[in-house]
Amino acid sequence: MTDLTQLERDLLARVEAAGDEAALEAVRVAALGKKGSVSDLLKTLGGMTPEERKERGPLINGLRDAVQGAIAARKDVLASAALEARLLAERLDVTLPVPEAPEVRGRIHPISQVVEEITAIFADMGFSVADGPDIETDYLNFTALNFPEGHPAREMHDTFFLAPDEKGERKVLRTHTSPVQIRTMTSKAPPIRIIIPGRTYRHDSDQTHTPMFHQVEGLVIDTQANIAHMKWVLEEFCKAFFEVDQVKMRFRPSFFPFTEPSAEVDIQCSRKGGEIRFGEGEDWLEILGCGMVHPNVLRNCGLDPDKVQGFAWGMGIDRIAMLKYGMPDLRPFFEADVRWLNHYGFRPLDIPSLVSGLTS
Amino acid sequence: MKFTFSWLKDHLDTMASLDEVVETLTRIGLEVENVEDKAKTFAPYKVAYVVSAEQHPNADRLRVCVVDTGEGAPVQVVCGAPNARTGMKSVFAPPGTYIPGKNITLGIGTIRGVESRGMLCSAAELELSDDHEGIIDLPDDAPVGQPYAAYAGLDDPVIEINLTPNRPDCTSIHGIARDLAAAGLGTLKGGEISAVKTVGPCPVSVRLDFAPGDEKLCPIFSLRLVRGVKNGPSPEWMQRRLLSIGLRPINALVDITNYMTFDRGRPLHVFDAKKVMGNLTVRRASDGEELLALDGRTYTLDRGTVVIADENGVESIAGIMGGEHSGVDATTTDVLIESALWDPLNIAQSGRKLGIITDARYRFERGVDPAFTLPGLDLAAGMVMEICGGVASEPVIAGKVPQDNRVIEFPWSEVPRLSGLPVQPAESKQILEKLGFGIEGSSDAVKVTPPSWRPDVEGKADLVEEVIRIVGLDRIEPRPLPRLEAAVAKPILTLIQKRTRLAKHALAVRGLVEAVTWSFIGKAEADMFGGGDPRLALANPIASDLSDMRPSLLPGLLKAAQRNADRGFGDVALFEVGQCFASDEPEGQTIKAAAVRRGTARPEGVGRHWDGGATAVDAFDAKADAMALLATLGIPAGGLQVVAGGPSWFHPGRSGTLQFGPKNVIGTFGEVHPNILRVLDLKGPLVAFELTLDGLPTPKPKPTKMRPKLVLSDFQPVTRDFAFVVGRDVAAGEIIKAAQSAERQLIVGVDVFDVYEGTGIDPDKKSVAIAVTIQPTDKTLTDVEIEAITARIVAEVAKKTGAVLRS
Repeated sequence: MTDLTQLERDLLARVEAAGDEAALEAVRVAALGKKGSVSDLLKTLGGMTPEERKERGPLINGLRDAVQGAIAARKDVLASAALEARLLAERLDVTLPVPEAPEVRGRIHPISQVVEEITAIFADMGFSVADGPDIETDYLNFTALNFPEGHPAREMHDTFFLAPDEKGERKVLRTHTSPVQIRTMTSKAPPIRIIIPGRTYRHDSDQTHTPMFHQVEGLVIDTQANIAHMKWVLEEFCKAFFEVDQVKMRFRPSFFPFTEPSAEVDIQCSRKGGEIRFGEGEDWLEILGCGMVHPNVLRNCGLDPDKVQGFAWGMGIDRIAMLKYGMPDLRPFFEADVRWLNHYGFRPLDIPSLVSGLTS
Repeated sequence: MKFTFSWLKDHLDTMASLDEVVETLTRIGLEVENVEDKAKTFAPYKVAYVVSAEQHPNADRLRVCVVDTGEGAPVQVVCGAPNARTGMKSVFAPPGTYIPGKNITLGIGTIRGVESRGMLCSAAELELSDDHEGIIDLPDDAPVGQPYAAYAGLDDPVIEINLTPNRPDCTSIHGIARDLAAAGLGTLKGGEISAVKTVGPCPVSVRLDFAPGDEKLCPIFSLRLVRGVKNGPSPEWMQRRLLSIGLRPINALVDITNYMTFDRGRPLHVFDAKKVMGNLTVRRASDGEELLALDGRTYTLDRGTVVIADENGVESIAGIMGGEHSGVDATTTDVLIESALWDPLNIAQSGRKLGIITDARYRFERGVDPAFTLPGLDLAAGMVMEICGGVASEPVIAGKVPQDNRVIEFPWSEVPRLSGLPVQPAESKQILEKLGFGIEGSSDAVKVTPPSWRPDVEGKADLVEEVIRIVGLDRIEPRPLPRLEAAVAKPILTLIQKRTRLAKHALAVRGLVEAVTWSFIGKAEADMFGGGDPRLALANPIASDLSDMRPSLLPGLLKAAQRNADRGFGDVALFEVGQCFASDEPEGQTIKAAAVRRGTARPEGVGRHWDGGATAVDAFDAKADAMALLATLGIPAGGLQVVAGGPSWFHPGRSGTLQFGPKNVIGTFGEVHPNILRVLDLKGPLVAFELTLDGLPTPKPKPTKMRPKLVLSDFQPVTRDFAFVVGRDVAAGEIIKAAQSAERQLIVGVDVFDVYEGTGIDPDKKSVAIAVTIQPTDKTLTDVEIEAITARIVAEVAKKTGAVLRS
């Protein structure tokens, strides 16, 4: 009995001591190989008496099972150790930088972004977006909008003109997006609720003016729209656009040829350390012009000013972008300097919406 | 328009403070641009007495003064002025005072060892004049301790308003006062003009010499002679007011005309009667006529300009500026005063053409009150006699005040209709009357006659504006604009608007940065990029390189890329989505999307990278941008053809055209042509694409949003690779198309996975390897069937392209 116990203890110790797969195989051959110690014992079972076999059989088979089990277990241990060692050797330097992703490098220009913001707000108030050509007739840019002959805006030093055609008529680069108001009123019956964002041009180039800039105008025409409604639309817009709970606006009577009564609108703000905050402070910043559509303009569009009425307004997209996002100068908007675009531009998937907020 | 507070009070009987006046002006549409209150800025400056002025112990040019400032003990001041002396009176500023002329704030100082507690000031230090020769020397009776501004009469605040062009009546202080009175700030005064005592007729006659139809150029011209005047300096109060608003006093007669211009908005002209030869004629100038004007410059005139001439020729440019020859000076004893009316449009055009800006032109081009022509002449003659003496003649008047037939039928309900504010008729009526409107009738609708000084008022809306601006726009409470439909808002963007917006995001996610460049480019660039139509050239460009409406976005983007490179940012990827112009008609304007990539600015990564890279951009990067954009816009790739070659601004061998058939080109891409680089002074590598968004196919409207049924095959796809040797000129696209056509039902994909030229291949050939994916639909294909398909592929490609299988 003791010899079997001793043998088992020896073999298990050798299994445990095997440092690699080869050593373990040697132990297996020595124990369970053709001439192995356990195999030899198993061979003796054949020459035993039934009684002897009944007694010794389970012991010898038990020894075999124990050794086999130990070898299998040891094999697993050695395999995991080997894998561990290999994986350690396969280590990467994960601190190496990866290329910057394209969606991180790309930018949306602030003008595009602000147009999307404006559109989201006015869409909610039931406005649609109208477009028109940049090259306009003198009639649609001036005459239909009640600009008198000889108005300074109709001069070469204020407006870009193209070469005169055969009839001597000169087209102009639109000086505002208002011609689209005329195009809309002459092609569509009221009620009208549109905004018109777009490029506009004036013969002006200095520190604060560029010959091309962007404007958004709005137009509401129905049978009731009045100044009270206009004030609501503009105040709601400013709150939503500047993302503040309250704004204080000052409507000052003013003059435009195409509206009557007309007003300029200032928005109250504070300026501290170069930062403009709306809804607080002592300063007033002029932000837009507005008014009730002039009866002559309505008549020029074939509408009866005693039956329909409405209001219109216009503001600089570039200007309100500067006010909201703090660009100090206008000129860089059109210089395509990637340093400026990277800094003031928006990430490609920063898509403004009223659901998730205009800005993230 | 500038005026002073005390001047305003000549016309407005009011208890209102300066702040109230300023606030009200802006509220009623006379926007205050600036208020200069010298009483405030000069508050610390006081009249002081120099008790003693003694030589400074350590400096020859300095004096140590003991100054009585009127309060507390006298203070010691070190003064460098040569005129500082014992017993004089001057102006003292204590420590802490800001000195505008020196742009410093005074402290307590020690000058060469002697303490100085304040400063005695020169006129230059107060920015009152250029005189910095010495400290201000005040008369002996100047009261010590009185604020200097009050003593010197500088305490009259100057208000500047930004006048809108529709309000000529407020180019006069009287008119501004009228508005303030209507707004409830006091009572208007000074409306009565007393008659002038006259002696005899005016010896000079006036003829209006205009062709029929031209009479409107000068409806009325009136003239009076004042004989025996003494034209010295004007009275001090007048000089002070003129100086306050920035006008230089010249002599009494000229100052009176300037005073009238601001006081009453009535420009006048004065001639020295002795220098006028014969009678006056008002007429159009002859082309080439010249006048030496009062500004010392000689102007060459033409028929567009109206002049006043005597027998010597032109003496004055009507409504704009008088001539030097007949101007008044200190020797003038007999003066002709002119009060006339001119055509606003003509004055504006003449003034602009001549480049003359005067206070007279400013008023005449906006519209001077016609009815005040003769009262203005009387008022001026009265002032002349009062200040300069002399006797006035009877007036001579040519023409007449034009008739004003304006009457507006005005239902009071117009005010609430347009404003949304329920203003009562009584309030509206009171406002209009205070503004000088005549009102007839007492029912719901009245007849309103606008005053002669309000040429801007022509209809009901103008009257509503008058009422509302005086009532105050701030009284109108915002009211929600009702929705047109009680429903969830519908989508509002048009197809092109959606595509424009989506294109920007699609390109930005590819690492491109959005630029906004000018809509106009140089003529040469326009020519080079398919434009240059003379109808798209500006008549008055702001600069020669911004002269033509752009046919393409690429010139702007290419030049922008180069500017960035010049600043050290050579690996730039820019895009723009914006309007381009093929004609001056609305249909000629299209929205294009374009991008340029420069250096190594590839979608995968920019610049050098440890994992490889620093690969220069190539035409395929540009093609990939274009294809990605088309895919994002949902343009079906089915009918899209990619044709080798592109427009002249691309490398002919490294560019392509994207089209749905030869007549439906939607865009191009490629490497920029070396000639373009050379002419525009650009350095490559530069690749670009441009698509016309308006040219893209419109999706077919579908009755529902249902996707087609998803059909999945139960059978595994099979892939077979083929390497073909073909002529170098054969397009890979042809091989793909040929392979595809071998078995349209089952072949679901053809990819090119290798292109090889070089060793082992004929120099005029290349090897193109494709992987063809075959998707069985109803049963697993047998080897024999697959063999048959591959044989057909080989045969088809061979037939279409001359390819042979690479052995």
